[in-house]
This record gives sequence, structure tokens and C-alpha cells, in this order.
Amino acid sequence: MEILFYLLAIVAIASALGVVLSKNPVYSVLSLICTFFAIAAQYILLNAQFLAAVHIIVYAGAIMVLFLFVIMLLNLNILVETQRFTTARLTAAFTGGLLCLVLIAALRSAGDIKAANPANAKIGLIENLGMTLFNQYLLPFEVSSLLFLAAMVGAVVLAKKEIA
Amino acid sequence: MVYCSPWLTEQSFFKEDFTPAHADKFLFNLAPGIAMFVALITGAAIPWGGTLHLFGTDYALQIADLNIGILYISGVVSIGVYGIMLGGWASNNKFALLGAIRASSQMISYEIGMGIAIIAIVMMSGSLSLDEIVRQQAGFHWNIFYQPIGFLIFITCAFAECNRTPFDLPECEQELVGGYHTEYSSMKLGFFMFSEYVNMFISSALMASLYFGGYNMPFIDQLGLPQNVLTLLGTAFLFAKIFFFIFFFMWIRWTIPRFRYDQLMHLGWKVLMPLAIVNMLLTGGAILLKNGL
Repeated sequence: MEILFYLLAIVAIASALGVVLSKNPVYSVLSLICTFFAIAAQYILLNAQFLAAVHIIVYAGAIMVLFLFVIMLLNLNILVETQRFTTARLTAAFTGGLLCLVLIAALRSAGDIKAANPANAKIGLIENLGMTLFNQYLLPFEVSSLLFLAAMVGAVVLAKKEIA
Repeated sequence: MVYCSPWLTEQSFFKEDFTPAHADKFLFNLAPGIAMFVALITGAAIPWGGTLHLFGTDYALQIADLNIGILYISGVVSIGVYGIMLGGWASNNKFALLGAIRASSQMISYEIGMGIAIIAIVMMSGSLSLDEIVRQQAGFHWNIFYQPIGFLIFITCAFAECNRTPFDLPECEQELVGGYHTEYSSMKLGFFMFSEYVNMFISSALMASLYFGGYNMPFIDQLGLPQNVLTLLGTAFLFAKIFFFIFFFMWIRWTIPRFRYDQLMHLGWKVLMPLAIVNMLLTGGAILLKNGL
């Protein structure tokens, strides 16, 4: 299991690097899909099958298809030279470095964190997840569903043609 | 599709394998493999029969009884589009690209109706495991009697997901030459063809399992046959149902002409999706009434 974890971690990091480093946007998207699969496999190692399946359906199955769709439609495979945006690049590198700093600071003592409910290894299975979501966390769950509905309605309104 | 007979697919081992000069070689070769792989792995979660008792051990005729079987299948269906999309894009041909774009938007649109139709089944059975759903239909309690609208939505979406007529616009030969596989030849074309047929077989198996009782047949348990014979008979019945649905796919193909693309989108988003949501609400209401509110 430990070997599998490290193998998946290596795949995830390597394909995440591929997202940033590949010149062709289509290959970037494909690398990102690889990353998602590696992360989904990590979820399965943690016995969180539902999360893994939803991760694949939502990210690999829907969002990345849309990414690929847009890249193909706009024919972005021609290399776009980003040389002139040096300020933007500098800013991006600076903010990325800051984020990295924050993440390292936050995760430095991650080894000391105890699992919240180590007795129950089946917490990631769908029955337990459903029970927890609809009993303990009902209000946040419903509020977030409202948020999604609002986002959906907003997207439809934006995409709608002006009438008269 | 004009030339999709399985005979020709077999022949295509022997034909010249041609790669266009401006194609993206890696993805061009990868795409048929993805299409085939994704088509084949769906079968792992489908229960092909009951349990066989051989030499003191029970063998379930299902590769993996997943706790999340239905989600696994919708996940695989949702990544099924990559083979077609990448194949169409990597060909570097405008007809292939148009076919790929059509395929992806069509498959994304019809996944939604299909998913919501399945949710009604999940609500009724209270389980995401396909084996459990099939077992609950034992006797003559087939889901088709409780979910006729859901089945209608599911079968329409299955036709669209498999790119079969009347929804085969990604390979519409009058407009797009050959659609996404215009540039493909030899066994790579064969893989695209095969994956379409495998998808057809798998969606027939899903329809049989979700709505028509899977390997169950009414009154068969009253014959007093031994367990192993019953299991094998059940598998035979499942295959009979699957063959009926494949026949149905062919039947529709030679009966109904192709849709126009805007009609296809209209049907998917403005008819099937609201209908599926109404069906889901009705199912929820019926369950509440049955349980005495």
C-alpha cells in the first residue's frame, strides 16, 4: 500500500508538472486529467470510493471535457508567445511563491495531526457519507446547493440572447 | 456510419495503416486505444449472473461488486468521450474536428438526462450496487413497470451516448465525410468501430440490468432446478435480453432518420432533462406516500 501511495504521488506530481511545462494546451489538459486520476486513486486507497467516483465524474468527465472543447474550438494549439507579459509573469511567480510558503507553513506539522475518527475506516463509504451529510451537516449542504443553483441561473442569464 | 459491419472490422487488420503527415502522432495513436479501453472496462461492474457453486467455492458471475457500481459506470461513461475528442483533434482535419466537437457536446448533454433517470432507480432501490439493484428485481418486480418514463429517457440517452442513429451526427457522412474518424484507417478505425459496438452491448446490458431484471426471470425459481443450472439459465436470460436490445438498436437505425443538430440539443436539454427531473420528483413523491410520509 505504501509503495502504491508513493507511486501515485509521483504520477500526480509528474503530471502536474506536465500541465505547467507542456507547450501544447491539449497536452496540458491531458496531464491535468492524469493528475485527477492519480488523486482519485489516492482517495480509493483511503477507502473513500464515493469521493473518488465523484472526483472523476465532475473533474475528469465534465470540467476537463469543457476545457478541451474550448481549446479545440478556439484552435489554441498554435503556440501563444507570452514573452511580452513579463510583469504578469513576475507577479505570478511571486504569488505562487507566497502560496507555496503558506502551504509549507501550514503543512509543516501535518505529521502531528491525528485523524478525527480513526475507529471508523468506512467513513468514506457512501452510506456513512450520506448519513453525515444529511444529519450533521444538513444546513451547509443545502446552502451550498442553493449557491450552485444561483451560479447555474447566472450562467444561463449571461448566455441568453437579449430579447428586444 | 456507412461501412461499420463487423466483417469489415475484422478485415481491417490486413489493410494499410496510414497516418496523416500533419497529425499529432502520439494522440492519433492513443485515441483509438482510449476509446476501446473505456468501452471495455464498463463491463466489470455489471452482474452477468448469480453465483456458481463449483468444487466447494462460490463464484459470483460479476467481476467486481462495487459499492458504488452505478457511479463507476457514470464515471466511465463520462470519460468515454476522450477517445473520440482526441482522435478528431489529433487528425488535424476540419471534418474530424467538427465531428469531435459534435460528439463531445452531444455526450455531455445526454449524460445529464441519463444520470437523473438513473437517480430515480437508485432512490427506489436504495443502493448504488448494480448486483443489489438486480437482486431486488427478482420475481417479476422489474423496474420497467415502476419507471417507464425513466426507461424511455435512459434508452434515448443511451442511443445518443453510443452515437447511434438517429443521433450519429459526429460521423454524419453527408456533412462530415466520416466525422471524427475520417483520417483513420486499418485497425485504428477498427478500434473506433469496435468500441461503438462494445458500447452498444454494454448499454444493452445496463438497460437489461437496471430496468428488465438483469439475470432474473419470473417463475424460474419455482422449477426446482439446482443452483448452478439456475445461475447459467439466468445468464442465458440476461444475454437474451441484451440481444433483444441490440436488435432494437439496429431496428431503430434502419427506421428513424438522423436528427438535425439543433433538434438534438433541443431534445437533450429542453425535453429529456426536465422530463427526467419530473420523473425523479414523482418517484420521490411516490416513495414518501408509500412510507406514509
